[in-house]
Amino acid sequence: MAVSSLAGIDESALVVQSREGDTTAFGELVRRYEGKIFRLGQHVTQNREDAEDVLQETFMKAYEHLDQFKGDSKFYTWIVRIAVNQALMKLRRRKTDRSVSLDETIDTGEDMVVREIAAWGEDPEQQLSREELGGILDTAIDSLEPLYRSVFVLRDIDELSTEETAEALGLSVPAVKSRLLRARLQLREKLTRFFKRKGDDAFAYM
Amino acid sequence: MLTCKDFLSELSDYLDETIDAELRAKLERHITECPNCWVIADTTRKTIQIYKGMEPYPIPPDVESRLMQALEKKMAAKHK
Ligand SMILES: [Zn+2]
Repeated sequence: MAVSSLAGIDESALVVQSREGDTTAFGELVRRYEGKIFRLGQHVTQNREDAEDVLQETFMKAYEHLDQFKGDSKFYTWIVRIAVNQALMKLRRRKTDRSVSLDETIDTGEDMVVREIAAWGEDPEQQLSREELGGILDTAIDSLEPLYRSVFVLRDIDELSTEETAEALGLSVPAVKSRLLRARLQLREKLTRFFKRKGDDAFAYM
Repeated sequence: MLTCKDFLSELSDYLDETIDAELRAKLERHITECPNCWVIADTTRKTIQIYKGMEPYPIPPDVESRLMQALEKKMAAKHK
């Protein structure tokens, strides 16, 4: 694929051109979203090799089935669905000992526990280098359960809507909401260890 | 009166601003009176903000070139 000068072109125009066989236009779509898809693959599978496969398979399938993309959603939402499916399949295959299920488990609310409450300093992330911050943020996400991770990445990092996230993961809207809340609270808790104002001690709560 | 548990269960919608004005007012009243929930709301909001600003890392060059090779092959096959 040639290096394109299509950076400013509207997404729907690129999709139309790609469908007509313009490989440069499809190359531009790949360039726009490959980083996000690779990150999503890494967060869901937690395995670099799998993430690379997810990346390739996602764009191969997207190209193959471009006719099926109706344009009633964003292109990214459409490929995210493909990517999530590929990633979850790999995750299931790897974890044969421990079943990874997307089924909606009964929500007891017991994991919605807040242990540490401490105010953060001003702009705590500014105190760290980009690499340090990236490391902390990634490690925190990767310590979440697969479904919490997926919901959080789609909703809060990729900024899909609740409905789009539900569609991509095959979950109901309430299930997305409850998992998002838990994911956010768990991440808040993990980041508090790094970002709390010095001198503030955590105390038990609830 | 709203309990802390009630507050927590509405926290996501509160931060996403997807709740009606009446509930919003109740939640806001709660955090003015409850320092714990204020801290939780504030730090959860910051958590979300920090992640939102996170750009994906550039794809490693070897991964990128394998992707492009695979796609070129596929495109060539489709448009002979
Ligand atoms: Zn409270």
